Amino acid sequence: MISHALPFLLQVADSQLPPTTGVWLIATVIKMIAIFSLVMVVVAYSTFAERRISAWIQDRHGPNRVGPWGLFQVLADGVKNIMKEETYPADANKILFILAPALAFIPAMLTWAVIPFASPLPTPWGRIDMVVADLPVGFLFTLAISSLGVYGLTLAGWSSNNKYALLGGLRASAQMISYEIAMGMSTVCVLLLSGNVHLTEIINQQATMGWNVFLLSIAFFLFLVAAFAETNRVPFDLPEAESELIAGYHTEYSAMKFSMFPISEYANMITAGAMLSTLFLGGWDIPFTSWDNLPPFTVLKTVLTFAMFSAKVTFWIFFYIWIRWTLPRFRYDQLMSLGWKVMLPLALAYVAIIATVVVVLDRAGVARGHVYGLILFGINIVLAVALFFVLDRGRIMSPAYSRLDRAAVDKLRAVAPSRSTLRGPGA
Amino acid sequence: MAIKVKVMDRPVGEVSYVRATIKGLALTFKHLVDPHKVTVQYPEEKWDISPRWRGTHRMLTTEDGKAKCVACGLCPTVCPANCIKLVPGEDEEGNRYPLVFEIDEFRCIFCGYCQEVCPEEAIHVGRHYENAEYSRDRFVYDLARLTSQTHAVCEMWDPADAKGE
Repeated sequence: MISHALPFLLQVADSQLPPTTGVWLIATVIKMIAIFSLVMVVVAYSTFAERRISAWIQDRHGPNRVGPWGLFQVLADGVKNIMKEETYPADANKILFILAPALAFIPAMLTWAVIPFASPLPTPWGRIDMVVADLPVGFLFTLAISSLGVYGLTLAGWSSNNKYALLGGLRASAQMISYEIAMGMSTVCVLLLSGNVHLTEIINQQATMGWNVFLLSIAFFLFLVAAFAETNRVPFDLPEAESELIAGYHTEYSAMKFSMFPISEYANMITAGAMLSTLFLGGWDIPFTSWDNLPPFTVLKTVLTFAMFSAKVTFWIFFYIWIRWTLPRFRYDQLMSLGWKVMLPLALAYVAIIATVVVVLDRAGVARGHVYGLILFGINIVLAVALFFVLDRGRIMSPAYSRLDRAAVDKLRAVAPSRSTLRGPGA
Repeated sequence: MAIKVKVMDRPVGEVSYVRATIKGLALTFKHLVDPHKVTVQYPEEKWDISPRWRGTHRMLTTEDGKAKCVACGLCPTVCPANCIKLVPGEDEEGNRYPLVFEIDEFRCIFCGYCQEVCPEEAIHVGRHYENAEYSRDRFVYDLARLTSQTHAVCEMWDPADAKGE
């Protein structure tokens, strides 16, 4: 039966046109397996990259013993994690305790279903899109799925029956909710420009108008900060703040179940890097040429655009690691006030400004192309300079006491014991 | 009732998070591309240890392979950790030699007094630090072991610069 079906399924078609349903099905399965394996390998090696790069930044060597340059360290880590003992805390909610690592891991991988990673590949059986599922609502899908990741963290903290883990889980949920809003708001601007939530369309828009990082610089910056918060990376790693919460939500986990949390953290990092690249750096678009965006599609174009996309994602992984060894962790109230009092109002105001600009430019009859992009770029430079001027001096990361103005401080001083008595004699 | 709030007077207005971040990124990147590594890749590379390094002991021997020790008893006397066990013996010609000479390297505090006090320059602390063994009793070094070891010995002081200047 299959031998009868195969010729029909694999019938030769025009390599520039969409394939038949059968070919599409087979291609999708192959893409699923390929993307899953590739992301898992990249996750493994980004743990290695993290260890080596952090070592270099700290003037150390890092793991360099297992295999050439320590490249097999990830295999050793994997074997170690699988061989270790699984422990279950007394009175833990066992079902949720086992479920939580999977819940953290699955959403991190799911987002990859809709991210386009190269230009379409021509095959003898038709043109294959280089995205696992070319969802028309791709962008909304990523927003929905990325919010689900917090369930894993919160449930891990709750089911452990440990107060530190619970605090970590609570922090994770509060942080995710706060930054999810700013993240969503900052991406509204992207949708205003592309007029579509289809990720492939967003890439095409950037290929014609210029990358969104220049057209929507402030949205890009807000998205970047929110992405750090969403992936629980330094300086937003409050859920596992080891100085206060031992290890936060995964305090009670051991062996492979523990390992699932770092794996999902790195998978989230890669996903966030891919989203940053897709929404703001043109996805697989090669800059300064439209050769890669226009048909006819060739294998060479697919390979080059895939290399471009990989380079962008790799840069973001490196950037995450770089930031980690530069910035100290925020205090919890700073985290909350940054999210609600700076990022959210900024994102809202920026949406309003960009919406106005888009309406004005469209009314003025400016075609959506390079000129349109240049005008937006100019506006963004002005806005960025103004924003930097306003936010610069101690207003972004304010200490807890900064809200007191001079008069209030003087008033407190008047009623407080004088400083000389506090200091004691001889001071 | 006075309000017991400590009001901190810090220069909030002069603090810039953005500029500090950029400065920090530049610093970490500088270390990334130009690391000032001081780590020694141990099994392959080794330190040049000081000529005065005081490690596990060695007993020097005469040309015919016997220990130089004359069992005078000065080293067990001076030893502050009481880790040297010496049983003296005497042959027909009246020469004294150690019947038993054992050093418990676990008790030893590596002060080097034994080497300083030895009139025959027999017992020495060694310039050596790779002392791992599979069992604890291997750390009591007997005379055979002390004489058969070959690592460099401590110089204690440089004769040309006795005061360490």
